[in-house]
Amino acid sequence: MDAEKLFEILQKVQEPKGYYFNKDRAYVLELLSALILNKDRYGYMACPCRLASEDRDADRDILCPCVYREPDVKEYGSCYCGLYVSKEWNEGKVEEEYIPERRPPEKMGF
Amino acid sequence: MTDKPIKLYTLSTCSHCKSTKTFLNECTVQYEFVDVDLLEGEERKAIIEDIKKLNPRCSFPTLIIGDEVIVGFKEKKIKEALGL
Repeated sequence: MDAEKLFEILQKVQEPKGYYFNKDRAYVLELLSALILNKDRYGYMACPCRLASEDRDADRDILCPCVYREPDVKEYGSCYCGLYVSKEWNEGKVEEEYIPERRPPEKMGF
Repeated sequence: MTDKPIKLYTLSTCSHCKSTKTFLNECTVQYEFVDVDLLEGEERKAIIEDIKKLNPRCSFPTLIIGDEVIVGFKEKKIKEALGL
């Protein structure tokens, strides 16, 4: 699996749900490559912007797309990593800002 | 330009960590960094404990400039802390 292929597969599934890839394609492909690397390292696609515990069960909230994507895209127009964004975010209608970590510290499996 | 020690905790896969490294390189400041996801065993545990003391959420990047802790890639804050 390469990042381009993963892009195609995920785009088809996620766009109808209202989640778009960041318009910066190079940025997206880098994150998708990181997801593929995490799949090789841990056996699951842990969020590349968070430290994985190497325990799938402990990390189930940060399997990409993480459970925090929905509230983050709703509130900020973008997920924590900047991989998935809203249509409006890509159109420049939402101010780009730093998205704080929403995952509660007690969820960290390390 | 600052002469404060600069330490950066990062993940090798994280986009915001990469942006922070690129930014610090562009500022031509000297800094130390650790890619925590590439560490193993006791070393990894020890570094995670260090980070939690500075940033309880243990999120990345965590940047320390002198006494100041900056969580996330916040360009303006970093510039201010560097005295740029």
